[in-house]
Order: sequence, then structure tokens, then C-alpha cells
Amino acid sequence: MRNIIKVGMAELGIIQEPGILTTLGLGSCVGVILYDRVVKTGGLAHIMLPSSKQIKNNENKAKFADTGIQLLLDRMLTTGCNKSSIIAKIAGGSQMFLFQNDNDMMKIGQKNVVATKEMLNLLRIPIIAEDTGGNYGRTIEFHTTDGRLVIKTIGHGVHEI
Amino acid sequence: MDLSIENLNNLHLDVLQEIGNIGAGNAVTALANMINKKVDMDVPSVKILNFSDISAILGGEEIVVSGVYFGITGDIEGNIMFLLDIESAKTLINILMGRDNKTEILDEMDKSALQEIGNILSGAYISSLSSLTGLDIKISVPSLCIDMAGAILSVPAIQFGHTGDKVLLVETVLQDGDNMVTGNFLLIPETSSFPTLLNSLGVYI
Repeated sequence: MRNIIKVGMAELGIIQEPGILTTLGLGSCVGVILYDRVVKTGGLAHIMLPSSKQIKNNENKAKFADTGIQLLLDRMLTTGCNKSSIIAKIAGGSQMFLFQNDNDMMKIGQKNVVATKEMLNLLRIPIIAEDTGGNYGRTIEFHTTDGRLVIKTIGHGVHEI
Repeated sequence: MDLSIENLNNLHLDVLQEIGNIGAGNAVTALANMINKKVDMDVPSVKILNFSDISAILGGEEIVVSGVYFGITGDIEGNIMFLLDIESAKTLINILMGRDNKTEILDEMDKSALQEIGNILSGAYISSLSSLTGLDIKISVPSLCIDMAGAILSVPAIQFGHTGDKVLLVETVLQDGDNMVTGNFLLIPETSSFPTLLNSLGVYI
């Protein structure tokens, strides 16, 4: 039986080949996959908010794009991954409810995506694929064997990036 | 004084539960009148959940649900969600539209009806809450989303993510007399509104 780790909101997980990382029902949150293509270790962070700065209660590092991605990278490096062979794939960040006069709260998905990209850019990790935005939820499944990220939706099909 | 979810005591939780009782009673009556059937409600419960457990209240992250979302502003801030699993949503629409055969796909008219049901129930909930507590509460226009429970509930979870690692919701389960339709009505106040809500029923912190 293949090993599967389910990563919940504001959590992160790391798994080695041939394991699978999954997050069910991703909405405005962003799922960030880091993958070392040589040792075939994958990591998944389920980001809820863009930044740990300006937030008093920021103990849970996995919750934020800035600290969560850094933490995931650090943990992967301690398991023997090499930064130069790590790539990223990102999914999620949708806007589930649409309003006429959109307030900041509602655009959180978009903000999460922007912050995620900024952080990956800062860490010089290339984003080789993304499926973000829209107004629908996604279940994502990352396969460490071949680096496939399978995205399942309700009414928007199933595809791979 | 700031009141976080962690330091709410039993009295505070009882008051929040009573708030749910006040609102939901009126909402249930509104739904019963609308579909001309008996509608039952459970005693509202105040749930404090970790982010990862929030979808469990609806039966799992990937369950397809219909969610109608409202922002609350005025003396208290937060939001309201009226959730129906997709089968219940279809049944409710069929009852409302007087259709015998079960529709499998919800068209635009059906979706707009779901939104309107949410609107009527939330209006009933808030108006009785507001008249009993004297709080001035306004609700936004409704927004409907039919999707995975996890994705829909990430919206209130993120709202709480700013202040902590737990979500507080006042949940009322509604069910029609024939057990065909089951809905969850959630009142999700912002942490900053806890003192105002408690004060409104005479509990000072």
C-alpha cells in the first residue's frame, strides 16, 4: 500500500518516494508543493494567510505564506534535499463567494497567491506549474514518484499540472 | 478587555448558545412557512474547532454542499452561513417549486431560489436577535457557492486565522418533518464581537 499524508488547513507534510501528499477541498487557501527532483522528496504546505507580520498570534508558522514556505524548505533540507534541485507547484487561492462591493476579506485567495509567489521568488525556487484563482474548490494530490500534481474539482474537471 | 476563544468560560458559551436559540427559532418558523411543512431544530451548539476539523461538521472536506454566505456589520461583526448538503438543496428546491420529479441539476433559477431561502432565514435569525438584544445588526447581500465543504468553510476559517488557531461557530441543525432536508445554520461572530454579544444578554466581562 502506498503511503499517503493528508495535510489539513495550516499544516504541512513531507513524504519520500513513492508517497503521496494530499489536501482535500482547498478553497481560498493555497497549497504549495516543494519537490526535490533528484531525491524525489515532496513537501506540501497548506497556507491560509499571506503574511505573519502584523498578526499578533503567529505561533503556527505553517499558517502563513512567508513563514510556512520557509519552514517547509528548512525541514526538507534537513531530510537531505538539495535546494538547487527543488521546484515548486502551487494550487488554490480561489474566491469562493462573490460580492458586488468586494472587501479585503474576500480577496484573500488572490493575496495568498501573490504572497506565495513572492516568497518562492525570494527563496529563488522556480514555480514550474500553477493552477490558482477562479471561484471553485480543489482537491490536490501530489505524486512523488513522477512529480505529478493531480487537481480534482466539482464541475471543473480533473487535470494534472 | 480582549476575549479570545481560549478564555471563554461556560457561562459565556451558554450565552452564545442562547443567542443561537433566539435567532434559529425564528428562522425555523420562516422556513416552515415557506415550504408549508413542519421543520424541527436541534438545540443550537457552540462549537470550538481546530481549522483541520471544521469540515467534519458537514461530513468531510469533499462533500458537496450549497452555502449561502452573508457578512454581518453594525454592533457586531462576523458572518452567517446557511449550508445544505447537495441532496437536501435539491429536495428543498423541488418542494418550493412544487416539482414532483427530482431535478438533478440546479439551474440559475434554482440557485437564485437557494440564495433567497438563505436570505429569508438569515433575515429572520438576525431580526429576532436584534430585537431581543437591542443590537443594531445589518446583513450583506447573499452570495451562493456550491462546492466542496472544505473549500467553503475555508472562508470563515481564514477569518479566524487572523486572531488565532481555532474557529468558534454557533450551529443549529434544521430538519423538515420527513427528514428529507437537513441544513446547518452557522453564526460565526468575529472574536472582537464576543464582548458585545455577551453584554447584550447581561453578561459583563
